[in-house]
Amino acid sequence: MSATASVPSATAQPRGRTRRNTELMLLLLGLVIIMGFYAAADIALTKQVTSSVFTLPLLLAIPFLAAHVAVRAWAPYADPVLLPAAALLTGMGVVFLRRLDLVPDPYNGIDEPELTTAAGRIDFPLFAGQGIRQYFYVLGALVLFGLVLALLKDHRILSRYAYTLGLAGLVLVALPAILPASISEVNGSKLWIRLGAFSIQPSEFAKLLLLCFFSYYLVRKREVLSLEGRRIFGMVFPRGRDLIPVLVVWGAAILILVFERDLGTSLMYFGLFVSMLYIATQRTSWILIGLSLFAGAAVLAHTLFSNLQLRVMIWSDPWPYAENESYQLVQGLLGMGTGGLFGAGPGQGQPEKVPYASSDFIIAGFGEEIGLVGLTAMLLVYLVIIARGLKVGLTVRDAFGKLLAAGAAFTMGLQVFVIVGGVTKLIPLTGLTTPFLSYGGSSLVANWIVIALLIRISDTSRRPPPPGVTAPGTGGGPAKPDRLDHAPTEVIKL
Amino acid sequence: MPEIVFTVTRFGFLLLLWVFVFAVVRTIRNDAYAASRAGKVVAAPPSVGSPPGGRRAPRVARHLVVTGGELKGRSILLEGAPITMGRAPDSTLVITDDYASSRHARLVPREGEWYLEDLNSTNGTYLDRAKVSGPTPVPLGVPIRIGRTSFELRP
Repeated sequence: MSATASVPSATAQPRGRTRRNTELMLLLLGLVIIMGFYAAADIALTKQVTSSVFTLPLLLAIPFLAAHVAVRAWAPYADPVLLPAAALLTGMGVVFLRRLDLVPDPYNGIDEPELTTAAGRIDFPLFAGQGIRQYFYVLGALVLFGLVLALLKDHRILSRYAYTLGLAGLVLVALPAILPASISEVNGSKLWIRLGAFSIQPSEFAKLLLLCFFSYYLVRKREVLSLEGRRIFGMVFPRGRDLIPVLVVWGAAILILVFERDLGTSLMYFGLFVSMLYIATQRTSWILIGLSLFAGAAVLAHTLFSNLQLRVMIWSDPWPYAENESYQLVQGLLGMGTGGLFGAGPGQGQPEKVPYASSDFIIAGFGEEIGLVGLTAMLLVYLVIIARGLKVGLTVRDAFGKLLAAGAAFTMGLQVFVIVGGVTKLIPLTGLTTPFLSYGGSSLVANWIVIALLIRISDTSRRPPPPGVTAPGTGGGPAKPDRLDHAPTEVIKL
Repeated sequence: MPEIVFTVTRFGFLLLLWVFVFAVVRTIRNDAYAASRAGKVVAAPPSVGSPPGGRRAPRVARHLVVTGGELKGRSILLEGAPITMGRAPDSTLVITDDYASSRHARLVPREGEWYLEDLNSTNGTYLDRAKVSGPTPVPLGVPIRIGRTSFELRP
């Protein structure tokens, strides 16, 4: 060992730019868009311009700007795109829910009678209804976002509690299945825990916890899972006993399907595991194995559950059942068709005609009001979040962080694909929440925690290495001027 | 409310939405560009400029550049501290390679030269095709190979 005590510079590319100002500019642009969206919808619906047009957008600006300050303070080198993109989608979701409050909802007739004032104008107090409730969920989600950034200084800390987190995740997965239907069942799916006025969807949080556990487990096991195997058709297939973990997760996903009666959630857990297995081992055969296991389970489930047969039936041809079974799907399709290329305009469509326009079918509502052009832009914003998440996974150095980031990004992508694909009749409809948009606290909080984790990991991966601190009076290493003459060239060239 | 207001808000909103998308894409592009430039600056040998004091030997290894494998193109600035290589996350150079051991090898500076030492790895460390057994001095520009990853010392 040499006599030096300096910290080796483990750098790849020294980068001094934090890019926080870029983030602020993008965030402000996003807030302007939210404001424009709300103003357009409000004016179209209430037929008047009042100063209240700015109230909700300004309220929305508070948590997002606070989140920006939190990133500046606790993750200064983080990716500049994640926060503004997620904020834009969240804000548009809140505005859309508020916009739904302004029209009578035929399926949720709580606030119906008082909508129209004597003057014949629509007037609905801001502090009532789903819009403002979603706003409070946003506040809660961003408080947790800040807490994650402030308390979790290094994402690798999570790997120390991997087994605890995994156990907690399993409990959360199993809880709705075990609880009596009176507590956990909503619309035929046992996915909820309802306590009085509160209801949470534990699967959203279980997803996060299991993500941490899978990352840890696969980092430990990936040599075993990737080295051995037989080569068939140019692909290396794993040994029989290495299939056990994937079979266990497959079995668990089927149990979820049987006991909680929700295909989307079950698919999400299984897809999460298989994709992370692929990322960890770089073996294409895992995808093939995963897809064939999924196909087998899907065929089996289709023959066993009438619920699923119905879903497939209305997916393959919704039109004969447009008045009953596939009413929701058909109304959504008609809505998007009415919207066309440019949409009916914010506040000028009739998204409330679709049942569950505020949660499962919020994408159809957006499609009607902002059209294909607007919806494509929103999907691109999702794509940006997912792509940046995968990029974080590529650039971070430790394997746990890689799997965590890539797995989180992939899950979000899968979720968007499943719900948007379902609403647009590309695949059979299953009930998953639309990340950031749909009404509900659990989903919003969980997705903002994902963003916080991605920001934390991207901060680690983009942070320039600490300057090597050479202890005074040590020999062996290069003299101090060496580092000093090297430093300015890098800074100036950047 | 005149119809024109609705039309303007409707299309103005869509336009702004796309402006956001393009702003984001531009940010990402600038980001990638900055990163690749930064990579080049480090990987390239430093410009000639006379070293202060002028007493250092002219051909001293200052960078460890990865020339093959997953981390290709990366470069580590040598600062006199030993460099550890392996799969362990606390290594200086983390090699995610199936054929690397968790503590595979290390580079230790001694009297102005860097010595390569194999830390009892499973698959061995090679210095230009010769398997390294004891501490071996590493000349500039000679490839060191661990699994599928190779690197060399550069001035």
